[in-house]
Amino acid sequence: MRSPTGNEIAAGESILSVENVSLAFGGVKAISDVSLDIRKGEIRAIIGPNGAGKTSMLNVINGFYTPQKGRITFKGETRTKMRPHEAALGGIARTFQNVALFRGMTALDNIMTGRSLKMHSNFFWQLLRHGPAMKEEVEHRRRVEDIIEFLEIAHIRKVPVGVLPYGLQKRVELGRALAMEPDLLLLDEPMAGMNLEEKEDMSRYVLDVNNFYGTTIALIEHDMGVVMDLSDRVVVLDYGRKIADGTPDEVKANKAVIDAYLGVAH
Amino acid sequence: MLYREAGQFKSTYEADAAVFPLRQDRIGIAVILVLAFVVIPLTGSNFVLSSVMIPILVFSLAAIALNILTGYTGLISLGTAGFMGVGGYACYKLTSVFPGINIVVHIALSGFFAAGVGVLFGLPSLRIKGFYLAVATLAAQFFLSWFFIRVPWIYNYNVSGAIEVPTRTFFGVVVTGPNATPMARYYVVLGFVVVMTWLASNLVHGRIGRMWMAVRDMDIAAELIGIRLYPTKLLAFAVSSFYCGVAGALMVFLWLGASEADSFNINQSFLILFMVIIGGLGSLIGSFFGAAFIWGLPIAMRVAPEYLGLTINSATVEHLQFMVVGALIIFFLIVEPHGLARLWQIGKQKLRVWPFPY
Amino acid sequence: MDLLYQIFIDPFVQMVQVPDLFVQTLWEGLVSGVLYALIALGFVLIFKASGVFNFAQGIMVVFAALTLIGIYTQLRGWGVRPGDLAAFLALFITVGVMFVLAVGVERLMLRPLVNQPDIILFMATFGLTYFLIGLGELVFGGDPKVMIADDLHLPHGSIDFKILGGLVSLQKIDIAAAVIASIMVATLAVFFQKTRIGRALRAVADSHKAALSVGISLEQIWVIVWFAAGIVALTTGIMWGARSNVSFALQIIALKALPVLILGGFTSIPGAIVGGVIIGVGEKLGEFYWGPLLGSGIESWLAYFIALAFLLFRPQGLFGERIIERI
Repeated sequence: MRSPTGNEIAAGESILSVENVSLAFGGVKAISDVSLDIRKGEIRAIIGPNGAGKTSMLNVINGFYTPQKGRITFKGETRTKMRPHEAALGGIARTFQNVALFRGMTALDNIMTGRSLKMHSNFFWQLLRHGPAMKEEVEHRRRVEDIIEFLEIAHIRKVPVGVLPYGLQKRVELGRALAMEPDLLLLDEPMAGMNLEEKEDMSRYVLDVNNFYGTTIALIEHDMGVVMDLSDRVVVLDYGRKIADGTPDEVKANKAVIDAYLGVAH
Repeated sequence: MLYREAGQFKSTYEADAAVFPLRQDRIGIAVILVLAFVVIPLTGSNFVLSSVMIPILVFSLAAIALNILTGYTGLISLGTAGFMGVGGYACYKLTSVFPGINIVVHIALSGFFAAGVGVLFGLPSLRIKGFYLAVATLAAQFFLSWFFIRVPWIYNYNVSGAIEVPTRTFFGVVVTGPNATPMARYYVVLGFVVVMTWLASNLVHGRIGRMWMAVRDMDIAAELIGIRLYPTKLLAFAVSSFYCGVAGALMVFLWLGASEADSFNINQSFLILFMVIIGGLGSLIGSFFGAAFIWGLPIAMRVAPEYLGLTINSATVEHLQFMVVGALIIFFLIVEPHGLARLWQIGKQKLRVWPFPY
Repeated sequence: MDLLYQIFIDPFVQMVQVPDLFVQTLWEGLVSGVLYALIALGFVLIFKASGVFNFAQGIMVVFAALTLIGIYTQLRGWGVRPGDLAAFLALFITVGVMFVLAVGVERLMLRPLVNQPDIILFMATFGLTYFLIGLGELVFGGDPKVMIADDLHLPHGSIDFKILGGLVSLQKIDIAAAVIASIMVATLAVFFQKTRIGRALRAVADSHKAALSVGISLEQIWVIVWFAAGIVALTTGIMWGARSNVSFALQIIALKALPVLILGGFTSIPGAIVGGVIIGVGEKLGEFYWGPLLGSGIESWLAYFIALAFLLFRPQGLFGERIIERI
């Protein structure tokens, strides 16, 4: 991948770094002076007790919230503010805690919307649904079907997503994010509400995405087993501050982290 | 047994992405087209053509317009009639200023004028969301209603404020004006409606339709996928208003043959909204159902007492119509919020597995 | 240049040169503003407590007024004397009718639609509107009726002030309307903030499910609220009808409540008054001083453009709450 300045970003180099970011809503401080970086090709976990600011952090990276202080550097370009549309253009995709699918559409159509940025046929051909418009539709349909096969949801592709069970909805949402062919994939509690089997499936997908497509992944997750197994590096937030940052083993042994989870006053 | 899909395999994505992938559906459409183009004109009386079919077709087009804006994109509009009026009066001015150009061209062009006005009143959608946007369209509706009365230029300074439609021909056949036969007018309207429905269907099944629906369902998520909200909404306003404009031009030129200053008022906007609600939001076929229902019901109610041997005076019938329509709207919303279109779909589902129950 | 002068200078010059006319227009605007506010109040009540935008509020005003007149006429026809006895008896019965209406709406419309999205309920009130229009025309006939203002002991005549070099005339009925409206607003505001039922209403507005889970009976609350809105509608109908006749055209004017709500916020009771006054005054001044420029009748749409302008700068209205979306 190339950064806007034209330099190749090598695997292992930072693809996104967040510096001294602070975010507050009215009087509530969601994030206080947090810095972290994500290296290309890794799986980075963001963990912490409830209310630690994890989702807010993802929202900041995504461009949905603008931090009052701090900067974000993505692919070599630094800015204080990024609109959601720019984030998408830049190659960031994400999933949400409360599945944010388009309930009026089928699973297939939902994933097809993920291709929006890549579909360019103009209005005239769309009116006729012929020629370039149809070619484009078929070509992108092909790619989307690859993703559908990968996620093993072919049997429900024509089902309206509103009636699908929660676990399948999360998979469809992952599919939609993958359809964007992102460089950085943000997953907000992808395993939430799943049983063991579903978690194993989802973990497999996450690993495969990282291995086959080389997608950098940042994920928020509560299940410690999953976090320790999947991630290369972990950052721990508590009350909006960073309290640990390192490999899973390092973080597991960190006293501050243990205290935070056990609720020891500090 | 009738409606089985078994045996129909699609070997290309292109075939699967077709608007009517099932053979039975394609046959159904063919049957409907034959009915519309051949059977009805030959067997229908002038009354049926003039006072039933043409109005239903015109309103179907208006309902499609509102569906594009509200049903597919989720932008509430109470200005449908106003935009129709723009089309109607634009067509009138065009034929006055350019009498030599074919009326069909003028009708199509009036759509563009309506689209322009529609986009103008859609500009607030950048900042204003959801229900509040209804106010912008109300502003449009009341302003346009006022405009059609207060600006004499629009009706060529006619003293009564009304416009009368001049005689125009299409390939030698008189299609507008007092001498136009119902059948000629019917074919022109039908032609427009069929073509424009086909175009709308193409749009809605492709990437633009998906963009609209994404904006409707969860605009935050749509943004994060990379869909640009503002251009998408403005496009919906433009296309929807275009359809309104053509419907308005058809209404003035091919249905009523005239237009009064108050023709395109707020009540008509409500009427079309009811058609879309009952027909089914977000469904093209629902637009036709809704139009037929709302237009046909009063006619049925007017005719029914005779058949039942009762005499009710016409004013009472009108009041009863209001009550029935109002009650039916509530009834539909309770029983099937997705309208007649969903009932139709459910019917088709049942037909697929018939004679088995599920 | 001349046009600019006409838009930006002339009207203000007129205001200063003929101040009594300016004050008169201001007063007219205030009065219509109060009436808009009363209609808006009905909307706010229902919206605050059920999240439903009751499009039928306008027709409820007409319907209530027509019922009152109709019952009065019937009572007089049965020989009830004197006039004001009949009037107050009719008033009492009409209040009962509004209660029955509230129960009917709750039972037949709100209960079956209890968990549906707000837009569905909004559209249901469209249906209710049409139904009531039909019913009203069927039972009472479509021609305009005269409000029984005298028998209700509402004041008539005017108070005239010779000030500012001219004459300013205030109709007593308008003063009465303003007073009654203020009392109503104050009562309702206190009711919502201080009483147990008021608290329950606010809970229901926030979340049906949560309110249910703490034992609040949704059905009771809705009947109370629609009944209260019905009373407000009746008051509005009486006041409005006393100034001009009662006809179905009033229903469309009620749409003007929408700009009022946008300015004042959909859930603020005092906001309804403030919004109403701003819209009423803005409209009248606009029509009187700028109307001749554009051709008369701009009153029909000016209010909506005022509201639109406000929305662009403050999307949640003057008093509304800022909604922060969390995902």
